[in-house]
Amino acid sequence: MSENTLHVVERRAFLKYTFGAGALILGTHVEAFASSADTAVFHPSVYLGIEPNGTVILIAHRSEMGTGSKSTLPMIMADELEADWKRVKVEQAIGDEKYGSQNTDGSCSIRDFVEIIRTAAASARTMLEQAAAQKWNVPAAECQAKNHFVVHTKSNKKAGFGELATAASKLPMPDKKSLKLKTDSEFRYINKNVPVVDQQDLCEGKGVFGLDAKMPNMLVASIEHSPVYGGTLVSFDAAETKKVPGVRDVVTIDRFKPPHNFQPLGGVAVLADTYWAALQGRKKLKVEWNLGPNASYDSDRYRDSLVAAAKQPGKIVRTQGNVEAGFASAAKIHEASYSTPLLSHAPMEPPAAVAEFKNGKVVCHAATQNPQAVQETVAGALGIDKKDVTCHVTLLGGGFGRKSKPDYVAEAALLSKKVGRPVKVIWSREDDIRTDFYHSTAGMYVKAGLDAGGKPTSWLHRSVFPSIGTTFDEKAEYAMDLEMGMGWNDLPFDIPNHQAENGPAKNHIRIGWLRAVANVYHAFAIHSFVDELAHLAGKDPVEYALSLIGPGRKIEMNPVGMKYWNHNQDQKTFPVDTARLRNVIDLVAQKSNWANRAKGGNGHGWGFAAHRSFLTYVAVATEVKVEGGRVRIPNMHIAVDAGKTYNEDRVLAQFEGAGVFGTSIAMMSEISVKDGKVQQSNFHNYNVARLPEAPETVHVHLIKSDAPAAGVGEPGVPPIPPSIANAIFAATGKRLRDLPLRKGLRA
Amino acid sequence: MIQLKVNGATRKFEGDPEMPLLWYLRELLELTGTKYGCGMGLCGACTVHVDGKAVRGCQTTMASAAGKSVVTIEALKGQHPVQKAWMACNVPQCGYCQSGQIMQAAALLKEKPKPTDKDIDDAMQGNICRCGTYQRIRKAVKMAAGVRA
Ligand code: FES
Ligand code: FES
Repeated sequence: MSENTLHVVERRAFLKYTFGAGALILGTHVEAFASSADTAVFHPSVYLGIEPNGTVILIAHRSEMGTGSKSTLPMIMADELEADWKRVKVEQAIGDEKYGSQNTDGSCSIRDFVEIIRTAAASARTMLEQAAAQKWNVPAAECQAKNHFVVHTKSNKKAGFGELATAASKLPMPDKKSLKLKTDSEFRYINKNVPVVDQQDLCEGKGVFGLDAKMPNMLVASIEHSPVYGGTLVSFDAAETKKVPGVRDVVTIDRFKPPHNFQPLGGVAVLADTYWAALQGRKKLKVEWNLGPNASYDSDRYRDSLVAAAKQPGKIVRTQGNVEAGFASAAKIHEASYSTPLLSHAPMEPPAAVAEFKNGKVVCHAATQNPQAVQETVAGALGIDKKDVTCHVTLLGGGFGRKSKPDYVAEAALLSKKVGRPVKVIWSREDDIRTDFYHSTAGMYVKAGLDAGGKPTSWLHRSVFPSIGTTFDEKAEYAMDLEMGMGWNDLPFDIPNHQAENGPAKNHIRIGWLRAVANVYHAFAIHSFVDELAHLAGKDPVEYALSLIGPGRKIEMNPVGMKYWNHNQDQKTFPVDTARLRNVIDLVAQKSNWANRAKGGNGHGWGFAAHRSFLTYVAVATEVKVEGGRVRIPNMHIAVDAGKTYNEDRVLAQFEGAGVFGTSIAMMSEISVKDGKVQQSNFHNYNVARLPEAPETVHVHLIKSDAPAAGVGEPGVPPIPPSIANAIFAATGKRLRDLPLRKGLRA
Repeated sequence: MIQLKVNGATRKFEGDPEMPLLWYLRELLELTGTKYGCGMGLCGACTVHVDGKAVRGCQTTMASAAGKSVVTIEALKGQHPVQKAWMACNVPQCGYCQSGQIMQAAALLKEKPKPTDKDIDDAMQGNICRCGTYQRIRKAVKMAAGVRA
């Protein structure tokens, strides 16, 4: 067998597409798991390749969990390349550092990659044009790529991309500076409402999620974890379990070694022919745990302690002027405490993955936001090299941050190693809600010294919460830069004396990032407080907020004791620009007809909040109707400046969805813990918004902007809860300072 | 032995009669379009039609499905007016809940071809969409029914 034939066999076994012979000529170094783009005849970038038959293969290296990034990045490439979208194959990348970060998290898929992929596609287009020019012996400047062909108008010549691919592959890469990017008016797919690549599959039940992935001869596992975070296994009795038809094995997984990072929690796994049999077997399992030091954790008491701690001085994380002097000279002082609970991500698809360990290597299919973290975590758990972990990424039935932490994939790999067969791990909804990486609970205190006109001259905001940092350092007690930089110490208010302080919080449970992260609780406290101040001053909340923000200007954030995080972007490219914040506020006021709104009372009112996060500016006006303990949201207006957008319909969808996600957080979601055990287990007691509870219409108003692309998936969420709380105040006169609001409303 | 029809084909089942239809469809017939979201009848991800009515596959035992006709999302083949409306409105985000939403909406329109907002609220409130596609779901149901949005 020649080397090339060998490669063909390997590739046929692993790749989705079968290639014509020409495709193989340049496939000099074909790895068993190379993407089709790598092995295409022309692949000027890791993100794209062109086959001799003209098929353009575009690699989606970011995960698809509903934001559209699997489609939007390839669509941008197709547009810049002048490819015909109908002749494009989008292929989901495996985890591989050659793609750059694949961590689909932090609302940065477009922001971090748009330039790279447009450059790659423009280079490819230019090379195809040059190849045609050579072929026809005409100047390259006269050749133009158009919808999968290169044309020479003068001589009426035309050649397909496939026909030119081999010749193009022999040309040098063009200098980046010589590339001509398309202008906005030339776009054919960008912002043209092209459906996502999986749309039809998703409407026909054909999309393959982690829960649907399979491997030949696999067993399915359900795992009993310690009911208390950090508990260790004492003993178990599987005699009855093993009698359940279909159950094949019961094996243990060791507890993580602190810090837990993304390691498996540890537990007892029931492996069976089907998930149903595994669940039946698990019910019969008798397990004894040493629950450990967190068995006394009580989230209500803990939350009270955070609120109390926030009343005490903490570590200064931003300061300007002199707040104490400001308070001393103030005409009036206003202060308030706010709190928020733990939250569970509860994506509709619970964590699921299938893995096979064979000959020292792992192959897995996982619903993951971060296949490179899968490689590292699995490699760490099994003591192998991460290069020996191949992670195929399925569709994700929602992620919201949960699925960037691949403990469940490591479980599948460990179990496969133990039982010598592929193993699929499915977390039940109960597993998901009881042992999540929870969105942090927080206690906050805000104090303002006001001048005679009711405007603050002095502002103190203390925030205390267990940090995500405890994932990587179990002893961490203070916030990470990124948590502080999320709508807290980057507050863009025009107040001379300003201080932010962070108190210590010992952690007792896994804390993780959830859609919009620390912005959620900071925005709730800050924008509720602003509304309180507006009412105290007898001013319109929108006008009052504008006066706090002050004139349009770019603020250089230099808080003390930390580096201003700014979502890992420099402040030159992504400044804190109050002019843009003012714009979205003006727009939301105009679109919601704020000036003529129902003025409140009688259970009907409007609330407002505006917040910058993920480099995006968002203002929200929400209408509520309160009937007893029930809140209806007939209208919610969201005005957005996310910089330049590339898939407008998906941008709108993300903000519509944020309206619903934010409503869940505002109104009804809460995880509580007693004796170290999470009290909620499924959707009857972990409440999320259903259709009648969601805003009836979320009106999204996008500002057309040429600023660099900013975040879209997350920044819609933070201003929603305060806008609802403020609307409830307008409707009922009840100021609710603790989430979820429904509890206070019914109290 | 239990006999039933699934998407028109007669099937025989000899396993545990208490096994939920959901897992029978997903694991034995490999019809994975029907999803698991809660296993307690709380989320609607597992919605299928049994004798023309929308039911939760996770709450329907094989014993109770005996002699009945089961239809899953796979049988709609993209041709159902509800599916067409779903695509026209770009409803799905992650898409995980959408098989259940579509089956629920299809059953609603069969029973009430011109549903009111209240009918839509009542019929669809058992189907959770964590991505928050509800307003497009409402719009698509109305489009499929040919009633004004
Ligand atoms: S899985 Fe059946 S209703 Fe949720
Ligand atoms: S589209 Fe993601 S849960 Fe509905």
